[in-house]
Amino acid sequence: MSKLKYALYTGCTAKESTPELLSSTLAVARKLNIELVDLVEASCCGASHLQDFDELLSLTLNARNICYAEQRGLDVVTICNTCQLNLVTTKERLDHDPEMKARVNEALAEFGLEYKGTSQVRHFLYALIDDYGLDSIREKVVQPLKGHNIAPFYGCHNIRPSHLHHKHNLPQPELEASEGGGEVSYESEEFLGKYNRHENPYAPTSLDDLIKALEGNAVEYESKNKCCGFHVDLQAPATSNALSGTALLDAIDNSADMMVTPCPLCQLNLDLKQESAGKQLGRDIELPVLHMPQMVALALGCTPEEIGLDHNVTRATHLMYEM
Amino acid sequence: MSTVTQKVTIKAFRFNAETDYLPYYKTYEMEVGKDELILDLLNRIKWEYDGSFSYRRSCRHGICGACGIKVNGKPVLSCKQNALELVDLFGDELVFEPQSQKRAIKDMIIDKGDFWEKHAAVKPYVEADIEAHPASETIMPQTKVEQFLDADYCIQCGGCHYACPVLEVNDQFFGPAAFAAAYRFAIDPRDNAATERLESTAQLGQGVWDCVKCNECVEACPKEVNPFEKITRLHNMQFEQGVAKRNVATKHAEGFTRSIKKFGYLDEQDIVLYSEGPGVVKHLSEALKMVKAGKVHPFDIMKKKMPRSENLDEIRTIIDKVQTSKLD
Repeated sequence: MSKLKYALYTGCTAKESTPELLSSTLAVARKLNIELVDLVEASCCGASHLQDFDELLSLTLNARNICYAEQRGLDVVTICNTCQLNLVTTKERLDHDPEMKARVNEALAEFGLEYKGTSQVRHFLYALIDDYGLDSIREKVVQPLKGHNIAPFYGCHNIRPSHLHHKHNLPQPELEASEGGGEVSYESEEFLGKYNRHENPYAPTSLDDLIKALEGNAVEYESKNKCCGFHVDLQAPATSNALSGTALLDAIDNSADMMVTPCPLCQLNLDLKQESAGKQLGRDIELPVLHMPQMVALALGCTPEEIGLDHNVTRATHLMYEM
Repeated sequence: MSTVTQKVTIKAFRFNAETDYLPYYKTYEMEVGKDELILDLLNRIKWEYDGSFSYRRSCRHGICGACGIKVNGKPVLSCKQNALELVDLFGDELVFEPQSQKRAIKDMIIDKGDFWEKHAAVKPYVEADIEAHPASETIMPQTKVEQFLDADYCIQCGGCHYACPVLEVNDQFFGPAAFAAAYRFAIDPRDNAATERLESTAQLGQGVWDCVKCNECVEACPKEVNPFEKITRLHNMQFEQGVAKRNVATKHAEGFTRSIKKFGYLDEQDIVLYSEGPGVVKHLSEALKMVKAGKVHPFDIMKKKMPRSENLDEIRTIIDKVQTSKLD
């Protein structure tokens, strides 16, 4: 396998309140010999809120973010579900709305930038699973997560809307054509068969498969594809607490000893709000919530500093020593 | 019809609010052909197994919106949804449930009263002073029609409404179908009640600011209305038409520009302080937990720990030049 190389769009959270996400992502990449080039020019994606205020501004900033990956000739990987959805929503819009693309490019032209649409944008989870491959990950496991009941929490913006997920998170068929397979259409059975990871938003499997590849037990529970409520936490904390608390309790009631999520916004909400959610729902909630790369880093034998479990709010450091 | 069939096990939710204390599931096994719809299977349960099995159906071609149910948690319009397609997605055991179990009256039939109440609350019709016998018809340019054409495809099936997690925990919330209707009429050039609709859907608690952005509604819609996109448009229109009032939610949306201008990144501490104002005290216990875990740095007055984008001038220029919305 040739060395995988991507432009890393970190988003804000990984460089602020979840430093453990960034350190574990970089550690996993190092272990797997994946090169991640930080998009240092990138700005905030607007976190699904800026677009409510000013759509054109949100599109322009995100087009600029993608431009810097295009300039480097690299595909983007994201480590936050909401960044992922914001970037691909922008991409989808500009790739299909020439008028909007022209408006955005007019604003970018001043800096010698032009959005072309040549870079794919995918979440790191799918780059790991589809490009690096579960079998290759399995070979690198030095600390199997045996005996751990891990509840996968998928996070909305990676799996819904499913048409955006299918189109952007999966490897592009053109890549396969270059392997000598000739023209492969995205809709072809050959392609769909090869990448049987069309995440069914009502029964997603990718994170379950990753947990199993690391030899953990993937917990089956209804809330795994549900919303954590993060995006209304300021204006409607009762909604947010009810959603996150219900998901956590569902995982606990199904014997989870930790939860894992590819989204730092879900992670923050689920990790930080356990006390207030528990109060609201009338039950004690205590469940370590790991970032997806933290879990992988544990299994790959990364250092405690890299995994950064001491940055988790709900005590998670014991997981390091239980391995 | 193809002779190739597949054996499917159906577990159907059964409940009669008049006689049953609790709902239960009954299993039916049948050979299903490739052209059969979920509605065909509902009919077969009723016709071949149990005449008391109840569900709503009427038009049989995806326009009346009566036959919405959930199959393995996925909202479907029974008369449009091919059955074996769902077997491909979920395996050969299909679970038939009403759109909302807590509203079940009999088997698949639910009390949709809350849906209609909220739909009516946004005035889902054009309000205009139009002469009873105008000399000519109202001409609407195509560009205007295109702004609401897809929203107009809504058949009020309730698929998105009963997929929305907010409605499960907030009774006041209008929900995605009502928002799509509010948008559809607010953007209609003949309509005079746009401001009223924007104001009611701007109110915290019932309005668009309580949407969790989960996209369940987009996924649920059998007519590709994309209610979430309409919710975003309602947000935008609040700012464009000066309806947005300063509150925690509007300041939160607008406040992103403050940080991005300064750092390129979102200043996570500032956005909470700015949006909440004095209300920020309620976050104290969580803030302390974050400080303890090394997630926030309250004494970093000079913002030395804040990341900064390279070529920040570009970002500032873009905001200055491109931003058109404002919050007064």
